[in-house]
Amino acid sequence: MAEIAQGSEGGKGKGKKMSTRIDMTPMVDLGFLLITFFVLVTTFSKPSAMDLAIPAKPDPNDKTPPPEVKESRVLQIALGEDNKLYWYRGVKDPKVEVIDFSQSSNVRPVIQDVQQKVKQRWGTLDTMLVLIKPMKKSNYKNMVDILDELAISKVKYYALMDFKLPDDSITIWKGQQPGAGANSNLND
Amino acid sequence: MPKVKIKRKSTLVDMTAMCDVAFLLLTFFILTSKFRPQDPVEINMPASVSERKIADADIMIMQIDKEGRAYLGTDNQMVRQRALEVMLRTNPYASYKDKFATEEIMAAFKKTESFGAPFPMIPDIMSGKIANDGKHTPGIPVDSLKSPVRRNELGDWLVAFRQAHLELANEKADGQLKMSTYNYIRLAIKGDGLTEYPEVEKIFNTLKDRSINKFDLITNMKGGETASKSDD
Repeated sequence: MAEIAQGSEGGKGKGKKMSTRIDMTPMVDLGFLLITFFVLVTTFSKPSAMDLAIPAKPDPNDKTPPPEVKESRVLQIALGEDNKLYWYRGVKDPKVEVIDFSQSSNVRPVIQDVQQKVKQRWGTLDTMLVLIKPMKKSNYKNMVDILDELAISKVKYYALMDFKLPDDSITIWKGQQPGAGANSNLND
Repeated sequence: MPKVKIKRKSTLVDMTAMCDVAFLLLTFFILTSKFRPQDPVEINMPASVSERKIADADIMIMQIDKEGRAYLGTDNQMVRQRALEVMLRTNPYASYKDKFATEEIMAAFKKTESFGAPFPMIPDIMSGKIANDGKHTPGIPVDSLKSPVRRNELGDWLVAFRQAHLELANEKADGQLKMSTYNYIRLAIKGDGLTEYPEVEKIFNTLKDRSINKFDLITNMKGGETASKSDD
């Protein structure tokens, strides 16, 4: 049977009254810890976004030729396999250089160097145009990395283009996919 | 003469009120925070220095996994439901109307944050016969040859989402909004860094075809570097 506890047995019988107060400090600590956790987690989990505009599909009825761009304003970048990046300037006989693009900042000196050249020639950085041509074996990360590098160097105009072989403006490819055995003579 | 007794004050403060406040705030934060939607596929996003955060609402998110499979979804349940209705209004999807006819399938579609399967497969996913994850669903067909209905289904879904969003907005604004880029729902792409470019290109070409020329790429934050201040 259940018994009702009656303080101490007999005698003086005055049990000490326990305070009903509990020390709340640890509970408050816990509460604020959880609040901090939720606040931090909710604000930091949001990923960032990057704008990308791709050229509109050309109107088949529009017969106006595409605008011409001065060769000295243009830097062309082709993204290749194994995080390789090929860059060249000019159309007639471009000198193609390869850099390792596994670290996206590797391309920064190139972009900024060309920017300086464009500035010397045209007086402002803003006229520079970068053509990005991702090749078959490149991946999405390469593309995001180069777009990011252009944003870091504040390049205003860039275009994402198809890499077509044989590229009519580039003689040096000679119909060969760079990297497929053609690496050695690319730097010549 | 009795001695004057100086009562020692306890240094203990009553914490009950503070505790109340702490837990009230805690409850508030838990209730207001939104759960991260479960992704059907695991995606390792590349990083960028961009500091702009993606929008909370009115956005459709396309996920592209390593193999280039596309998954599509949006945050708004009403838009999702309407988009399905829009799809079922158009050919050749209208012929699958019977399969979508039950209340449960419509309700399940409304609740599903994102999906990636050819159109005829969707009722089976919604009824639970096929699990809605990357292991069991093949992604939304981008290539009409791989689609059971011989359509670029991804493009059709994008248009349907856009249409649905605009219809719902128009119902609120009494038909004031026009079909223009300003009123379209924004698209954000969440791609895996290892996706091969031709797969991405296929999707970009689809976007171009449907005149979606401006969109966001969702990336992780890259620490340490910020956009340098170059002299102009």
